[in-house]
Amino acid sequence: MFANLDLQQLILGRFTIEQIPYHEPILQATFAGVAVVGLAVLGVITYFRFWGPMWRDWITSIDHKKIGIMYCIFALVMLLRGFADAILMRSQQAIAFGSEQGFLPPHHYDQIFTAHGMIMIFFVAMPFVTGLMNFAVPLQIGARDVAFPFLNNFSFWMTVAGGILVMVSLFVGEFSRATWLAYPPLSEASMSPGVGVDYYIWALQIAGIGTLLSGINLIATIVKMRAPGMTMMKLPIFVWSSLCTNILIVAAFPILTAVLAMLSLDRYVGTHFFTNDLGGNAMLYFNLIWIWGHPEVYILILPAFGVFSEITSTFCGKRLFGYTSMVYALVVITILAYLVWLHHFFTMGSGADVNSFFGITTMIISIPTGAKIFNWMFTMYRGRIRFEVPMLWVVAFIVTFVIGGMTGVLLAVPPADFVLHNSLFLIAHFHNVIIGGVLFGMFAGVTFWFPKAFGFKLDEFWGKMALVFWVSGFYVAFMPLYVLGLMGVTRRMQHFDDPSLQIWFVIAACGAALIACGIASQIIMFVVSIRNREKLRDLTGDPWGGRTLEWSTSSPPPDYNFAFTPVVHDSDAWWDMKNRGFDRPLKGYRPIHMPKNTATGAILAALNFTFGLAMVWYVWWLAALSFVAIFVVAIAHTFNYNRDYYIPADTVSRTEGQRTRELEMA
Amino acid sequence: MTTSTPRPDRTAAAKRWGGRARRVLPLLALPPMLALLGGCNLVVMHPAGYVAEQQRNLVLAATGLMLLIIIPVIFFTLFFAWRYRASNADAIYDPDWHHSTQLEVLIWTAPLMIIIALGALTWIGTHTLDPFRPLSKIDPKRDVPAGVQPLQVEAVAMDWKWLFLYPQYGIATVNELAAPVDRPIQFKITATDVMNTFYVPTLAGMVYAMPGMQTQLHAVINREGAYEGRSAHYSGAGFSNMFFKFHGLTNDGFDQWVAKTKAQGGDLSQEAYLELEKPSEAEPARYYKSYMTGLFDRIIGMCPRPEQMCVGEMMRIDAQGGASGEEAAANYGRLQYDNRMADRGNEAPGATSPASGTGPHGQTQPQGMRPRPDMGNPESRGPETGQDMKAPDSQGQSEGGQIAPKQLNQ
Amino acid sequence: MMHAETAPPGAAAPVFYQTDEEGHHSEGSTMLGFWLYLMSDCLIFATLFATYGVLGRSYAAGPTPKDLFDLSGIAVNTAMLLFSSITYGFAMLEMDRDRIKQTQIWLAVTGLFGVAFVFLEIREFVHLFHEGAPPWRSAFLSSFYTLVATHGLHVSVGILWLVILLVQLRKHGLIVENKRRLMCLSMFWHFLDLIWIGVFTVVYLMGVLE
Repeated sequence: MFANLDLQQLILGRFTIEQIPYHEPILQATFAGVAVVGLAVLGVITYFRFWGPMWRDWITSIDHKKIGIMYCIFALVMLLRGFADAILMRSQQAIAFGSEQGFLPPHHYDQIFTAHGMIMIFFVAMPFVTGLMNFAVPLQIGARDVAFPFLNNFSFWMTVAGGILVMVSLFVGEFSRATWLAYPPLSEASMSPGVGVDYYIWALQIAGIGTLLSGINLIATIVKMRAPGMTMMKLPIFVWSSLCTNILIVAAFPILTAVLAMLSLDRYVGTHFFTNDLGGNAMLYFNLIWIWGHPEVYILILPAFGVFSEITSTFCGKRLFGYTSMVYALVVITILAYLVWLHHFFTMGSGADVNSFFGITTMIISIPTGAKIFNWMFTMYRGRIRFEVPMLWVVAFIVTFVIGGMTGVLLAVPPADFVLHNSLFLIAHFHNVIIGGVLFGMFAGVTFWFPKAFGFKLDEFWGKMALVFWVSGFYVAFMPLYVLGLMGVTRRMQHFDDPSLQIWFVIAACGAALIACGIASQIIMFVVSIRNREKLRDLTGDPWGGRTLEWSTSSPPPDYNFAFTPVVHDSDAWWDMKNRGFDRPLKGYRPIHMPKNTATGAILAALNFTFGLAMVWYVWWLAALSFVAIFVVAIAHTFNYNRDYYIPADTVSRTEGQRTRELEMA
Repeated sequence: MTTSTPRPDRTAAAKRWGGRARRVLPLLALPPMLALLGGCNLVVMHPAGYVAEQQRNLVLAATGLMLLIIIPVIFFTLFFAWRYRASNADAIYDPDWHHSTQLEVLIWTAPLMIIIALGALTWIGTHTLDPFRPLSKIDPKRDVPAGVQPLQVEAVAMDWKWLFLYPQYGIATVNELAAPVDRPIQFKITATDVMNTFYVPTLAGMVYAMPGMQTQLHAVINREGAYEGRSAHYSGAGFSNMFFKFHGLTNDGFDQWVAKTKAQGGDLSQEAYLELEKPSEAEPARYYKSYMTGLFDRIIGMCPRPEQMCVGEMMRIDAQGGASGEEAAANYGRLQYDNRMADRGNEAPGATSPASGTGPHGQTQPQGMRPRPDMGNPESRGPETGQDMKAPDSQGQSEGGQIAPKQLNQ
Repeated sequence: MMHAETAPPGAAAPVFYQTDEEGHHSEGSTMLGFWLYLMSDCLIFATLFATYGVLGRSYAAGPTPKDLFDLSGIAVNTAMLLFSSITYGFAMLEMDRDRIKQTQIWLAVTGLFGVAFVFLEIREFVHLFHEGAPPWRSAFLSSFYTLVATHGLHVSVGILWLVILLVQLRKHGLIVENKRRLMCLSMFWHFLDLIWIGVFTVVYLMGVLE
């Protein structure tokens, strides 16, 4: 056996130089683009001598605000990748009719839709949600950081490591073709040999660990670190939605971890969990992945609901209508999220009793969701609504989301699902709720909290342009898909024969182009805002007339968030403080106990990335080495008992003095 | 759109106005919708089979029920947004108004009522339209005539074509399905190696086709015609071209079709089946006058070759307490199934580089695929393909060595 | 319609800032966080148990629990783990009395029981391989190995953690951080014991006695 041991295989596993697609025009162009942008970024960093600060203040930072900002930046970067995939798909489907085959062969097209779905959920929506929660939750509950600041940094870098692993698959080898949930038996080693599904598995496993840990972290933060007086029924509603989201994360992601681990055992060891032969059962995978997958949907949407609640009450200048019913609605949704998973595969033939049970539980979720929408409506009623950009997103959201909700309930009727499942109607539905709900919410949240994070507002004109393009683009891109679904057109098609369908796909492609304009507007918005930052500067720390504690501190907040811990008497704590004429204490500062920055998180994530890549390519020595290294670094970290420091009272006093002057200037 | 001049008491006026709008708005939306949709064939909305028709009715009923609440919500959202804009000094501003028990009751019970109605509809609809349930009617007015046996069709999703067996007639077809109008059809559905969905939009809703398992679908076609059917669940490279024609025929027409099949076709013997099993896409219709006995059971049992152990046999052994020693070792070999294609050198349906044997993101087509001349590289991977794309067996086995590493346990 | 309890502007302002106190860094959050982690871990085991429940009878015309499991060996194995939980309890009692030497001794004993457990488990696996029952033989064996080995891996990590804590105890003594870590490991260790009772019952007892 050792006689024919191949040295190259030993060192590089199944990697060969042919695995780099250097002769493929699409990939050449992509690589050139990435290289140019990457070099430009590196150049800018070097030119401004930003390497040191970037390492000290960002990469090793355990400050929840900076981590939150980094999550959002990561999500925006990945949005570009995911959207590039979307554009490719829309143009392929607009072209490939009859004898015209388009520009993407099936096996390339299949990778693109797999990557699009997976990236948009795991590396756009999830980091966005986690980023906003990370940034806003500690500020809203009057805390100085999260419960486990180091873990927070580690979680973030694990998410990034997973994202980079997916990106690497573009230039080294290929990505999975087995759809975004990697349904077996198609994703099994016998049906999908090659590195694709392995990239998928390891990217998700690594990022999933990050997500799970950040979920634990935020629950502990919310439960244990609230400012005095902030009882559960005085929590800002965004914190409530974050709490529910993180409970869902902690109770759902382990299932994903376990099910992906079993799939990888099938692929690496040859076990028979989900194979056809030797007793395996692929239906088990469907059930398990959706027991994670459905709560995942609510993991994404609940924080968006929280953002909309905060924005509505802020810009209406009015208390949130029905706070208590909002909270109960959140809790009910959280519980019901676990009782509906089977509606994703009614067509598997589970029998009428099972199907109708899951259909009806799904419909029941629409009751609390509907109540929330009514509550936003009645918050607007008798308000004084300032239509700044975040509030415009809210209105766009409500109108769009109820349509998506309606088609969702429609799909929850099993016999209706039989004719609409796997069709473009379904695609239109979930883009309707994920774009119209989650993404709109995240954009609203970014616009809303941007001045808090950076001390200046985002440019309003380009914000509105982005909104107009996104909303119109969404309708133009996805309403045709509803129609196509009713024409019996199914999803994941690389080519069509019926020329009468083409017009609808062309319209949809135009919609995608409009969305591209929306994304461009957003990029312009950031650039313009940064250039005009002095004009857009906000010195008060409270540019929108806010209601919750994050607006009580300066923008950007100091490292320690609050010089003195606030005491809460009302659910709209800051509103209450302003209303009753609080006195900002100007002396008596004490040293503030804070955690120190650490590079361990980034190093561990880098090692995890190496481990994942080595596993994908069967480079066993490197996998073993990085696995051991992960343990060594983690253990070494536990030998460091010196993890915190005190910000001296003088520094606090100076920072707060500066804030006092700014408030006088404003 | 105009409204009356704002008065201090807003709610009453708003409700009156809202009531009118609720009646008017859907009407306003109708003409452009109709103009847009008139031109295309919304097959899900105009089915030709009774089952699909009931499903369509359910879609419409559910949509109608939900619009009862969706339209007012959209309307009032926009209305409140406009009415309470900051520049409108006439509107009442009540920053502390945040609770109203009556409204709370209303906003929880209104959706609840709708969901109760919809839930009842769902419960009944799901039970009457359960695909496993034999039909009791062939259209809204007619019961299934006494003495009529349902047409039995055994449908098999393969890589990437559909095989249909007609046990009552002893014939088999590939990518062509036919049934007489107004006669109930009983489908038994399975797949050879990956999941698919059997879907004829005009006939009935879809049901998964799963390897090693059998699902069922009962349906009836009420109008003559040639319809599209396809797999709706992604199943690998050739998925886009995995469709078939479904013919609704008169009784005579169907008899002629059977006779034609018998006259034209060969025998689907075991060898022919194993040849057919190889991946290929966009297969033209093929006919077989006969097929090997027990073929469908052997496909479900994952034992198309005589030396393989069928799943039924395996389950019988398991129920009797398994096997051990030599016997277990022998059984293990006979139960291997998933790797059979790779063993014969066929490319796996979802293979990626490096196992696919083509360069990553390359233009070269996977094995079993039609050539795509306008995509840069005219060659598909098989050496002698390209000329005769109709023959699925034209894929040579010459590249067997490079393809699809087997699972490590072999 | 109800109006809020918002105090009117200028009403007597209560305390809005804690000026007399150092911030509220809560020690309890570590325990809560670790408990949440254990619950998530518990869900991984729940998934594996469910999988075993679905696939545990799919022998693929191969060996069954009756052919493979030796209950008396497993009983010894179980005893090892149960004893280790008791001895860990003793270690915690000593820790509460701040007696470092005794704490270390009991921890070492716990570790030895743990090592014995892992050793016996590996021996069982080797035996099964020789019997022609590797994890790729059938879905039953796949789910069996995965469930049991996941537990075994947890125990091994627990042993590693225990060794590290012993080193840290030597270096720093029974300081607050070390006590907290010992508490976390204690929760982890007892949690694994609990899982093992589930494994023992569902996999071994029910497998052989049915």
